Amino acid sequence: MNLLEAKNLYKSFGNINAVSDISISLNVGEVIGFLGPNGAGKSTTMKMLTGFLEADSGSIEIKKIDLSKDPINAKSIIGYLPEGAPSYSDMTVKSFLYFVGKMRGLKDELLEKRLEIMLKDINLSEVQNQIIETLSKGYKRRVGIAQALIHDPDILILDEPTDGLDPNQKFEMRKLIKSISKNKGIIISTHILEEVEAVCSRTIIISSGKVLLNKETKDILKNKKENLDSIFRKITKTK
Amino acid sequence: MKLYIEKLMIIFNREFTGYFRTPLASIFLLVFLALSAGMTFFMGQFFQRGQADLNSFFVWHPWLFLILMPAIGMRLWAEERKSGTIELLMTLPVTNSQLVLGKFLASWFFTLLAIIMTIPIWITVNYLGEPDNGVIFISYLGSWLMAGCFLSLTSCLSMLTKNQVIAFIVSTISCFIMVMAGFGLVLASVRSWAPLWFTEVIQSFSFLSHFKRIQYGVLDLTTFIFFISMIMICISINIFLVQLKKAD
Repeated sequence: MNLLEAKNLYKSFGNINAVSDISISLNVGEVIGFLGPNGAGKSTTMKMLTGFLEADSGSIEIKKIDLSKDPINAKSIIGYLPEGAPSYSDMTVKSFLYFVGKMRGLKDELLEKRLEIMLKDINLSEVQNQIIETLSKGYKRRVGIAQALIHDPDILILDEPTDGLDPNQKFEMRKLIKSISKNKGIIISTHILEEVEAVCSRTIIISSGKVLLNKETKDILKNKKENLDSIFRKITKTK
Repeated sequence: MKLYIEKLMIIFNREFTGYFRTPLASIFLLVFLALSAGMTFFMGQFFQRGQADLNSFFVWHPWLFLILMPAIGMRLWAEERKSGTIELLMTLPVTNSQLVLGKFLASWFFTLLAIIMTIPIWITVNYLGEPDNGVIFISYLGSWLMAGCFLSLTSCLSMLTKNQVIAFIVSTISCFIMVMAGFGLVLASVRSWAPLWFTEVIQSFSFLSHFKRIQYGVLDLTTFIFFISMIMICISINIFLVQLKKAD
């Protein structure tokens, strides 16, 4: 089932073309790895897909809902972890998740249940009453993931979810993404190529705001002569 | 509509309780109470005047609010932009107007709390004499409305920067201009070169002129409409600015 259909997205800031003609399609069970060098337009594209930025032209449909025409209903289907996992640092983990859950329209028993699941599944139980400001980077990232998942969204968009995490935390995060990917569509932006190989079913490489490669990861990995690392360097360099 | 109010209230609650999660609330309330009492009793010569009214209390409010309202409102948007939480907030299923109104109302009701905490002064004047409580009530209401104008202006300006200190300074200067517009000295200097209607327009925008009327117990429709429309204009501009500046 198609969850997200973005067609011919363009976005420029002044004279800079951040995104030029990007189209993405996301289906249930799919994990798209969004790869690209710094400044390639990954975050801008994600910001457009989540409704934070408006595209200059192009269309985005979230489960057949036009994001520009009905942003409230479209946004309610998406869970989003912005770059750097921002959160209200003066709140406790539990009260922050409670706040996001309520804003997502969860109420009473369902909210309590989802909160319990999040705290358990994302290993936040022991810090639930701690102020977010006092948490380590790894925990803060987990809080970001929990807020994106609190309403059990069909679409999950994660902007560099493992950035700055230690190897153990990265492993845990990938395990978590894999475990929830069966009945969702997930888009992850990352610099880490091994992450794409580990969790992503489809790889999209962009540079200078343009899609340079859009292929099933298994098809890329079939080619024994070239790995993802060399393909990435080759196409982003020639560009 | 019910859903609209519900979301607005969630934002309101987060913002309102936010004041109490840091020492900001207690420091603000303490400073506000100390300054308003100090100004009333010492600078306003409350006892020496020998009159059973609260003029010496309310006369300082425009000047107090000039500093204290930007102190409350400077964080409303500047902090969201600096920490990046604006991205989180604006990808939630919520409209810009719910966000702006929720935040503004939280700061306005926090100010109401501060104003309510000065009620012992009202009780004191009732203990000492027989004041016109109707005038005092109207003055309280006017004071809160004026605080709303300062806050909505500050909220609007705090959307223009990521730096809270800049938001504070710019807001204080803007509020100062809005107060001074009704000051005799300013009006006299304008009157010397501008046509009469222009001077009247400037005077009509002054918080001070409108608040003075209220202070004497006159809450006429013009003054009420002025304060409410000032708040609404600032909120509308704020909503527009959120859309315009969110990703900068």
